[in-house]
Amino acid sequence: MAKAPTFDIPAFREDLASPAVVPGAMDHSQPFVASPDHQADLGFPGELVDDWETKAVEKLGELLEKNRALRVYLDSCVKCGACTDKCHYYIGTGDPKNMPVARQDLLRSVYRRNFTLAGKLMPKLVGARDLDKDLLDDWYKYFHQCSQCRRCAVFCPYGIDTAEISMAAREIMDHIGVGQKYCNEIIGKVHKIGNNLGLPKPALINTMEGLEEDVEEETGITVRFPVDVKGADVLLVTPSADFFAEPHVDGLIGYAKVFHQAGISWTVSSYASEAANFAMFIGSYEQMHKVAARIRQAALDLGVKRIVFGECGHAWRVAYSFLNSLAGPWDFLDPKYPKPQHILEVTNGLIKSGAINLDTTANDDKVLTFHDSCNVARGSRMGDVEGGQFIIPREVIKASVNKFVDMDPGTINEKTFCCGGGGGLLTDDLMELRVKGALPRMEALKDVVDNHGVTHMAAICAICKSQFAKVMPYYGFPMDMIISVHQLVGDAILLGTKE
Amino acid sequence: MSLLTIVYALSFYFAVAVLGLGLAFKIRQFWVTPAPLKIPIMPAPLTGTGVAFRLGREVVFFESLFKSNKWIWVLAVLFHAGLLLVVMRHLRYFTEPVWFWVVLVQPFGVYAGFAMVAGLLGLWARRFLVDRIRYISSPSDHLMLALLVLIGASGLSLRYLARTDIIQVKAFFLGLLHFDWQPLPSEPSLLLHLGLVALLMIIFPFSKLLHVPGVFFSPSRNQIDNAREKRHLAPWAAHLDSGRDNAPAE
Repeated sequence: MAKAPTFDIPAFREDLASPAVVPGAMDHSQPFVASPDHQADLGFPGELVDDWETKAVEKLGELLEKNRALRVYLDSCVKCGACTDKCHYYIGTGDPKNMPVARQDLLRSVYRRNFTLAGKLMPKLVGARDLDKDLLDDWYKYFHQCSQCRRCAVFCPYGIDTAEISMAAREIMDHIGVGQKYCNEIIGKVHKIGNNLGLPKPALINTMEGLEEDVEEETGITVRFPVDVKGADVLLVTPSADFFAEPHVDGLIGYAKVFHQAGISWTVSSYASEAANFAMFIGSYEQMHKVAARIRQAALDLGVKRIVFGECGHAWRVAYSFLNSLAGPWDFLDPKYPKPQHILEVTNGLIKSGAINLDTTANDDKVLTFHDSCNVARGSRMGDVEGGQFIIPREVIKASVNKFVDMDPGTINEKTFCCGGGGGLLTDDLMELRVKGALPRMEALKDVVDNHGVTHMAAICAICKSQFAKVMPYYGFPMDMIISVHQLVGDAILLGTKE
Repeated sequence: MSLLTIVYALSFYFAVAVLGLGLAFKIRQFWVTPAPLKIPIMPAPLTGTGVAFRLGREVVFFESLFKSNKWIWVLAVLFHAGLLLVVMRHLRYFTEPVWFWVVLVQPFGVYAGFAMVAGLLGLWARRFLVDRIRYISSPSDHLMLALLVLIGASGLSLRYLARTDIIQVKAFFLGLLHFDWQPLPSEPSLLLHLGLVALLMIIFPFSKLLHVPGVFFSPSRNQIDNAREKRHLAPWAAHLDSGRDNAPAE
């Protein structure tokens, strides 16, 4: 059980009504600031630079030239209010600056003041403001209360995506020396060691060997967990949490069993031993490009034919939507397969073709529901039809278990709620925010637990899994209720039944 | 030629110029600014035709707003559909002979005027009554609604309270179109109505009314979901690729 919190756990809402506005409710919440060393590793200034007001506005001007989304979104909002009650952080806290439009306005006010005629002539009238220390403090607090989950954008008549705004704001802050410790420290580790957790090659090999022994002990079958095997067909790129965190590692065991049973040769790379690309969270194209380049290099070095991504939400958004831009073209990979592919696409294809067989009764002790991860749901696709990212995980789950129930339609698929820990907020210094932001998902889970006897919630994102394992106890759910989709597959798969 | 006619004639030429040039500038700016990454809100269409339908549904039916909030949707549809019919009805002042379909629209245009004002008043009420929307409203948001309500109300008053010589109004606007100025009637409600319309046209490219072109340029809605199949690269990002190896490291 989690230790006694220093904040109130939000109560489940009776009627799911939009909460009343509580100004300043989360004014005290902000993550640790990156140290000068962490900033330097990414080429950002170590502390708040001289003349930062001017430099911030210059950076904003540069981003406006480079990113159509930012320009269009800052110009187009009509303040209709459609997004105001759609953010999980607003629902969980009532802080009006957590309403997507109000969060955007923290940046939009500076845009209007410096880049629009109306804001230059009549700032008060149009809500334009000069960037001062107070506003910068609000930027730091509230652009770190956005998990960039894009739920608000689903409901916006113009598709204004607060994620783009918060990425731009974080990019500007990094460039004037105000970075966030959690993200920037991790990106530095990826550059230096190869993964978010700072797991060096010997430890990785050791871990993978240990998993091999565990599976052999349990099943009597030798399932390989290869590292840096040249000439393997598949390069598996998976979040480093999969190597040892619970429940992530059970997912990795599931992938290995699938590859084993389908006879697909695969390997992970110790050089690119991380699917995550936290540079997306800080809005830095250059950093994202640098992190993505490792995967290209690893694929070339190992001479693989395919790249497959493990269960990780934002990593799959970067992989599916951005990897071709950042590290493509992938003309050296086998054109028969999507570049890159999601492990669920692989597994689902193998189930469909009969290459692997599953015994659903292995999971008869469970009643499952599925949490659509925000970045998968709204930032990517799987398969070859629109909405495949909703269909394929459910097909794989249903092929692995007998009892599956979806949560409230307003909380799944494109309308899914963020777990509360995405977007670079999965850090203990934001625990209050994370717990409160999980409220809408916990409410939907409570409903299927009470009414349909759901015992487990499966997810396909390392952040979701870590976040839920941590915050579910605050809401009275056991932490082991959250599991990997490929744990279900791994438990149900029939190993060695074919020649 | 009265001073009044000259002032209004020049105002309308000025307003048309500001609206046209301002919008052209903004549309060009939206157009030339690259979208560095594929960021459609998924699920997104897999083809250009699909995207056209997606944008069409947003523009015609306000699809996303419908998902969000039925009250805002109803009021927004009342206003926008009302405005569309009203504008169509007003085309009779600019065409001679009046186009066939503009004639057909005439009776609906009157009801649409009421719908438009009702929608606007509802949206305005929400800015006071709903705490979330009250919080996000700037003075300019209230003034924009006030401007539109006044335009609608003065227009309706010209129909129901203080009628003017619309034959002469039409002569004025046809005169503007053909650079052959004709006198404008001087009823105060007409002058108010026309003055506010000119003001709206002038404000348009400097205000949130940019949502009109913006809706078509929003990358989250106008991009095709084909990132894996087709490499998308912004010109400014291309140089980042130059330093990389294309061969295995030895």
